[in-house]
Amino acid sequence: MRIDRLPAMMLAALLPCFVAAQQDTQKEIERYRQLLQDGNPSELFEARGAEHWKAKRGPKNTSLEQCDLGLGAGVVKGAYVRLPRYFADSDKVEDLESRLVTCMVALQGLTPEEAKRRPYSGPGQPSMMADLVAWIASESRGMKIAPPQSHPKERLAYQTGEKIFFYRAGTHDFACATCHGEDNKRIRLQDLPNLTNAGDAQRAFGSWPAYRVSQGEVRSMQWRLYDCFRQQRFPEMQFTSDASVALTMFLAKRAEGGTFDAPAIKR
Amino acid sequence: MADPMRIRANMTGDKVEVKVLMAHEMETGLRKDAKGNLVPPHFIRNVTVTHGGKTVLSAQWGTSISKNPFMHFRFKGGKPGEKVTISWIDNKGDKRTDEATIAGGS
Repeated sequence: MRIDRLPAMMLAALLPCFVAAQQDTQKEIERYRQLLQDGNPSELFEARGAEHWKAKRGPKNTSLEQCDLGLGAGVVKGAYVRLPRYFADSDKVEDLESRLVTCMVALQGLTPEEAKRRPYSGPGQPSMMADLVAWIASESRGMKIAPPQSHPKERLAYQTGEKIFFYRAGTHDFACATCHGEDNKRIRLQDLPNLTNAGDAQRAFGSWPAYRVSQGEVRSMQWRLYDCFRQQRFPEMQFTSDASVALTMFLAKRAEGGTFDAPAIKR
Repeated sequence: MADPMRIRANMTGDKVEVKVLMAHEMETGLRKDAKGNLVPPHFIRNVTVTHGGKTVLSAQWGTSISKNPFMHFRFKGGKPGEKVTISWIDNKGDKRTDEATIAGGS
């Protein structure tokens, strides 16, 4: 048996020690992310998502291949960067997840409850929704974020999202803007993007969904907002609720023009 | 059955560079579930890579390898168009074998 350069590199969730100044730390974190990006396990989720898209399911035993994500039935490429958007058939502004629910109900004959049954994955419990989101988002990699604002309901969603972003409430009198409205804020070592500033918003919105190394799962924008609400001690954000779509629209619009580079990999 | 691996095999100079992602929970046996019960260990024990009938890598793994492991290595003697076969077997006897064709690369 001939062995050449045996175990070269096996990446576990190892963080190097940070002793240098804040700026060096930031550079090191960037370097660490780039190292990880090469072997982003999100690919495993994306591969499953592509299969789910084609799989026949539900009482009508149909696939999602005829689902219209905004660019025509079955068009997946570039769909994510043009969401949320207004859909005439449901007369609502929908983000990717709520659109997938609409398609599962209309095409596959599932009930909305069935379609939303497991929005996020957990250890040993993959989520079809999370896999689909990972794959569909990956089909927009490298494209410009461009949510539409031509329909009045799309503009209304943006305005509602903006209100929610700055709305202070809960036991801690928090708003999204408390953490994400100023430059150079952080929670422990995590730098917080200032989402009122285009550059930060583009990097933030353009990197979700993401594989969370600490959780070993791909997390979507719906999950990100759900968890921000939890951290603010707000009432639980309902999956695909109008509020979540409005906030997503606000963030997408803030990030307009940025390059979409997800599913990314994060700590 | 386990999900397929994602394998990329490319020539880099005279060597074949292989990058593999495996879908596996890699439970250590130390984690507790929501009810406080220990989650039994479930991890990949052996990884074997063969090329042209020869073993080019054989590894013994344990619980310190992360969930959804990523493995990256190089070996000599491969040519574009040839196959690389990777298999793993875990402590419960589940296994998975996938194959990739070596691409030209740079």
